[in-house]
Amino acid sequence: MAKEKKGVRLEHISKIYQDPKTKKDFYAVKDTSLDIEPGSFVTLLGPSGCGKTTTLRMIAGFESPDEGEIYLGGEPINALTPNKRDTAMVFQSYALLPHYNIFDNVAYGLKLRKLDKAEIKEKVTNILKLVGLEGMEARMTNQLSGGQQQRVALARALVLEPGVLLFDEPLSNLDAKLRVSMRTEIRRIQQEAGITAVYVTHDQSEAMAISDKIIIMEKGVVAQMGTPQEIYYHPTSEFVADFIGEANFLRGKMVSRNGSEGVADVNGSKVELSGLTGPQKAGDDCTLVLRPEAAVVADEGQLPCKVILSCFMGSYQNYHVMVGDTQVKVTDFNPKNKKIYEVGDEAFVKFDPESVHVL
Amino acid sequence: MARTQSADLDRKKFFADPIMVTTIAVLIAFLTLFILYPLAILLVDSFVTDQGPTLSVFRRVMGMSNFRRAITNTLKVGFLVGIASALIGLLFAYVEVYVRLRTKFMGGLFKVVSMLPVVSPPFVLSLSMIMLFGKSGIITRYLLHIYDNSVYGFWGIAIVQTLTFFPVCYMMMKGLLKNIDPSLEEAARDMGASRWKVFMTVTLPLVLPGLGNAFLVTFIESIADFANPMIIGGSYDTLATTIYLQITGAYDKEGASAMAVVLLCITLFMFILQKYWLEAKSTATLSGKASRARMLIEDKSVTRPLSILCSLLALFVILMYICVPFGALFRTWGYDFHLTTKWFVQVFKRYKGLKAFKDSFILSLIASPITALLSMIISYLVVKRKFKAKGFIEAVSMLAMAVPGTVLGIGYIRGFSAGVFRTGFLQGLYGTGAILIIVFIVRSLPTGTRSGISALRQIDKSIEESAYDMGADSFRVFMTVTLPLIKDSFLSGLVTAFVRSITAISAIILLVTPQYLLITVQINEFAEKGAYGIACAFATILIAITYSAVLLMNLVIRYFGTSRNYQES
Repeated sequence: MAKEKKGVRLEHISKIYQDPKTKKDFYAVKDTSLDIEPGSFVTLLGPSGCGKTTTLRMIAGFESPDEGEIYLGGEPINALTPNKRDTAMVFQSYALLPHYNIFDNVAYGLKLRKLDKAEIKEKVTNILKLVGLEGMEARMTNQLSGGQQQRVALARALVLEPGVLLFDEPLSNLDAKLRVSMRTEIRRIQQEAGITAVYVTHDQSEAMAISDKIIIMEKGVVAQMGTPQEIYYHPTSEFVADFIGEANFLRGKMVSRNGSEGVADVNGSKVELSGLTGPQKAGDDCTLVLRPEAAVVADEGQLPCKVILSCFMGSYQNYHVMVGDTQVKVTDFNPKNKKIYEVGDEAFVKFDPESVHVL
Repeated sequence: MARTQSADLDRKKFFADPIMVTTIAVLIAFLTLFILYPLAILLVDSFVTDQGPTLSVFRRVMGMSNFRRAITNTLKVGFLVGIASALIGLLFAYVEVYVRLRTKFMGGLFKVVSMLPVVSPPFVLSLSMIMLFGKSGIITRYLLHIYDNSVYGFWGIAIVQTLTFFPVCYMMMKGLLKNIDPSLEEAARDMGASRWKVFMTVTLPLVLPGLGNAFLVTFIESIADFANPMIIGGSYDTLATTIYLQITGAYDKEGASAMAVVLLCITLFMFILQKYWLEAKSTATLSGKASRARMLIEDKSVTRPLSILCSLLALFVILMYICVPFGALFRTWGYDFHLTTKWFVQVFKRYKGLKAFKDSFILSLIASPITALLSMIISYLVVKRKFKAKGFIEAVSMLAMAVPGTVLGIGYIRGFSAGVFRTGFLQGLYGTGAILIIVFIVRSLPTGTRSGISALRQIDKSIEESAYDMGADSFRVFMTVTLPLIKDSFLSGLVTAFVRSITAISAIILLVTPQYLLITVQINEFAEKGAYGIACAFATILIAITYSAVLLMNLVIRYFGTSRNYQES
């Protein structure tokens, strides 16, 4: 549907802000380079204040970068005002025009482009059908539910057939259930429309469900880029591992290393590892990243532990155990016919060698 | 680390929007020419003579005993009026917010009182004060049989100004009291404090900065007031009247300029104190919204005296307003109480009433949409846009609030009678209707801007951003999004500007030429002559016009306003 899918390229982009209290300048975004391929769905993910929204607003043109150049479809766009850029944004607060009805909201941008009436009507009708709002053209925005308002905001951006669609935390004002169904919707519509999308969120499950590629940002710089699987299974830093999903960090020392195989010493226990990609060699300190769902509590295993919390959660048994001085979370799924350990029990943490990632 | 590139890009983006750049340039030119320049020329006039810079004009003016007396008079009146208005305002606000009013009648009274200052010409109360308490006043002469009572002077001005200005304090204090969380007071009560103790130790300290704010606002209004001291001041001259007489009576333009500078300095000082110190402070402690409805006081020993006191005051104010149309209907006020229409007939037959109303009406009608639009544009630029001259535009349009009309009038005389900087440029403006319209605009701009700014702050920034993002330039964003969203504020700004313009006098009286007859100037003239019948007839019609304007506005807002369409829900 899009006239032309466009890629977005950021070359060494920085944005400097002044702290209103201390009057000191600081980098909100620092030396960030990205290459977003045409037609892909890319998510900027990170905690608040990491620079993800600033980056998005620089692409939209609301903020001007202090260093670097932004390209849209190969053209530099730094000096263009937002209304001249081939981007369309879906805002966190939806930002629907409250004095217009649904039809006029969606037709707003088309009217500015001086399309004739019949064409506007056709396009608006089609797009409303795509987002599942046919027949609601005459409603005012305040007669819609949050999810419906979100669809109007999406339709209004899509109808312009922009080179790239920008999303600024579009689902954060919806309740949890609606959030899940809307994100599937957004993904479906993006695929159907075949449009490039840049999506900002602080919700990691949203990012994983929706994206071709995730870019994790921390304090203004890119911490890691990759597919959801790459980022989840092979985080390059503790920050990333902790931010995306839950993670236990076990400190240890490499005892031996042989290609992708190796043995680490954790708290006096030898742990066999496989699938190693990092540079660690024998004698190096290392950190084992163990996802709670990748481990179970058992009568035998790699790491002896003591149970300090055991809690039935329905679909899983939630354990907190102490491995030496380190607290480790274990979620043991489908606990119905399994042995349940109680607080104070001595047991072992057990896991597959390849489900541990080493930093 | 340098923010040069973004500054550079922002500048490029800014200049890519020619309509906005032009608008800003025109605005800056307008504000500079019609607010800053006239004030600057006053400074130049009073410090620079043919012999170069000198303090001689000031020395001469300060040497005049009547001017020194005018300063103390003005300050004395302002101080008393400020305190009295703030306290009465607090009383009214407290009773409305804290006390259970048993009758609908009381609620009605409060509504009328809050409405009156909006619709009434500022000097109406002086007229009725004279007619009720003067030598031939109904109350003094007929009820009390006092035949030589003098209302002219300090007390006359003070009472009239207090009654004129306290409703504004009442509205300000009401807003503050409503924001006090009732649980604060309940906690104090719970710990054993009496109601009086709670008021003194909790409520009062919380609203004290707000009370100070109300005091200063009234103080500024009082010392800038021209019409009341003119009519009821008698020989008790204030700064505004002294300046007026200095230029119209003594033709001493340099002296009047220097005096105007003194008056301006006082109001500016007060204004800065109010704006930057108290205004912020007055709401800082009361940021929390009331979480729950307040338990109203029902204790009769409290409600009775308070509601009786308020009712008496309110009835008194209403009586004074009612007295104006009757003044126009009695054959001879104070002597012959037969009803007659002769004053109204005279207004139109002998004193060119129709022309006066037409002139006032048309000039105000031209000024008000321009004012409303300008103030909305200024608010939009100040709240929603980032650019270098923003601070200048905001400061100058707010500055106009601190400039007394008399000072502005003198500034215009000095600044435009021989053209800008006496070069003859724009000299054609002087003495025309256009300069009167400009004065109307400048005088109403701050109020409109203030209401526009607070309306715009309520609107989510991303609504305008979204329109911008979809391809609209600034002009389109303003016309299709901003303006429709603040329609209510625009409409009320329109009417406020109209009412303020048609009831304006202080600057206008200095600039009006015989070619134009203005109602307020007529009222002032006849009141000074003692022709109260005619003055009341003019004033009655004026009140009728302003009241209908306000009614019309409320009607329009109810049927076409924004709130009906979407703000609810």
